[in-house]
Amino acid sequence: MAHRTRRTRGVRILIALLLVPALACGIDLSAERTHELVRMVRQDCGACHGFTLKGGLGPPLLPESLRDKSVQFLRYTVLFGRPGTPMPPWNAFLTEAEADWIVRQLMTGFPEESR
Amino acid sequence: MRPLFPLLVALLLSACSTAALRGTGDLGIVIERGSGSVAVIDTTARSVLGRVEGLGDLSHASAVYSRDGRYAYVFGRDGGLTKVDLLERRIVRRIMQAGNSIGGSISQDGRLVIAQNYEPGGIKVFDADTLDLLADLPAAYGDGKQFSKVVGLADMPGNKFVYALFDAGEIWIVDLTKPREPEVTKFRDIGRQPYDGLITPDGRHYLAGLFGEDGVALLDLWRPELGVKKILTDYGKGTEKLPVFKMPHLRGWSVAGGRAYLPAIGRHEVLVVDTATWQEVGRIPVKGQPVFVMARPDGRQVWVNFAFPDYSQVQIIDTLTQQVVHTLAPGKAVLHMEFTPRGEQVWISARDDDRVVVFDTTSFARLTELPALNPSGIFFTSRAARIGF
Repeated sequence: MAHRTRRTRGVRILIALLLVPALACGIDLSAERTHELVRMVRQDCGACHGFTLKGGLGPPLLPESLRDKSVQFLRYTVLFGRPGTPMPPWNAFLTEAEADWIVRQLMTGFPEESR
Repeated sequence: MRPLFPLLVALLLSACSTAALRGTGDLGIVIERGSGSVAVIDTTARSVLGRVEGLGDLSHASAVYSRDGRYAYVFGRDGGLTKVDLLERRIVRRIMQAGNSIGGSISQDGRLVIAQNYEPGGIKVFDADTLDLLADLPAAYGDGKQFSKVVGLADMPGNKFVYALFDAGEIWIVDLTKPREPEVTKFRDIGRQPYDGLITPDGRHYLAGLFGEDGVALLDLWRPELGVKKILTDYGKGTEKLPVFKMPHLRGWSVAGGRAYLPAIGRHEVLVVDTATWQEVGRIPVKGQPVFVMARPDGRQVWVNFAFPDYSQVQIIDTLTQQVVHTLAPGKAVLHMEFTPRGEQVWISARDDDRVVVFDTTSFARLTELPALNPSGIFFTSRAARIGF
């Protein structure tokens, strides 16, 4: 039953994402904004996932721990949170393109904060 | 004039040759998570005495103190446990005790330092002098093959400790009278996802805040045979929860004048509970999701900071009127506050402005500010003399 629910939600996510026209590819974020996003992930997401993203109350967000997850699933998680867990929705503060950028960076090794 | 000169020279020389004696009662540390260092500060001079570096990943770091207030034990996220000498400003010993840690505690007699860990889930007991491992207690639950993250560790009178298991929904008390032979008492089904805990300043009651449901689990440590009760079970009833961008922290600060002040989860409110009856007696609307709700040591005020995105402000509740009487903007991303032992000053860390700001708690005047690199937790040596840290 739990499996079925997850799959249905997955399908819904997929449809939702296909319907969104302004998807990440080709959208360049400003250097200033990427700087802000790096800080936000390291510091604010870091409150639960750790400053080095190795995990805490939230799971690790290192490339090896995200390998079996899809970009779509992760982007959806960032934007809409995960009900039943402490992961909140960030869509009030992030565009789809920004969430996508964050997910891709996480999957390849998130940048360090530059000072 | 002439007879004074040799005396002056002698005085100057003696000042050079020996370090001045000093106590530690007005000292503390500020965690600088950007650089893995701690700044040793003096709350009388309101200055930074120096830095101790090389403490690793200090996100969510916390500290406890030896009974004499000389040594800080700093728990880092990366599982590092570092014993720091505040007077000599150096690392005495540093060990890696876990893969992922969120804090710790020290026993009533000052001889045992306990780390609470996420990975591997459980607690570890160390000799406070040497940091040698004395006991390892995995937080096994269910079929015994899973290990829960441990939250809300607090020391109890009698060299006992109480803590909650986030994944298991349990509260455990461990008696460390014989540190190598720990005795554990378990309380099961206390509620879903306890995220932190606090012990009242008298050491009698333990409260674990619940994330997975409305309410707080309450255990009377004088009468543990009565079991865990749930209080505040319907504070969120009938309303959509607001997102929680940072978990509240409980620990032992928020009891004042016979009332406990607790952060509501998913509501922009501070909940007020009568500590005689443990019934809700009020709700105070505040700016955002409360993170720390801390009583000034005399109980006359309660200071509150908030989760993202309202985390650049601090609000002060008057405990007589039960209302917010003042709002301050100390800087961007306020992570922590700490009162001086008798409460005339409060030190506040503003992470994204790289500074610690000191306020007078009567006039709310900004007394000074000190530079610090991504400051988070602030811990004063007065914690050494309090139950529950």
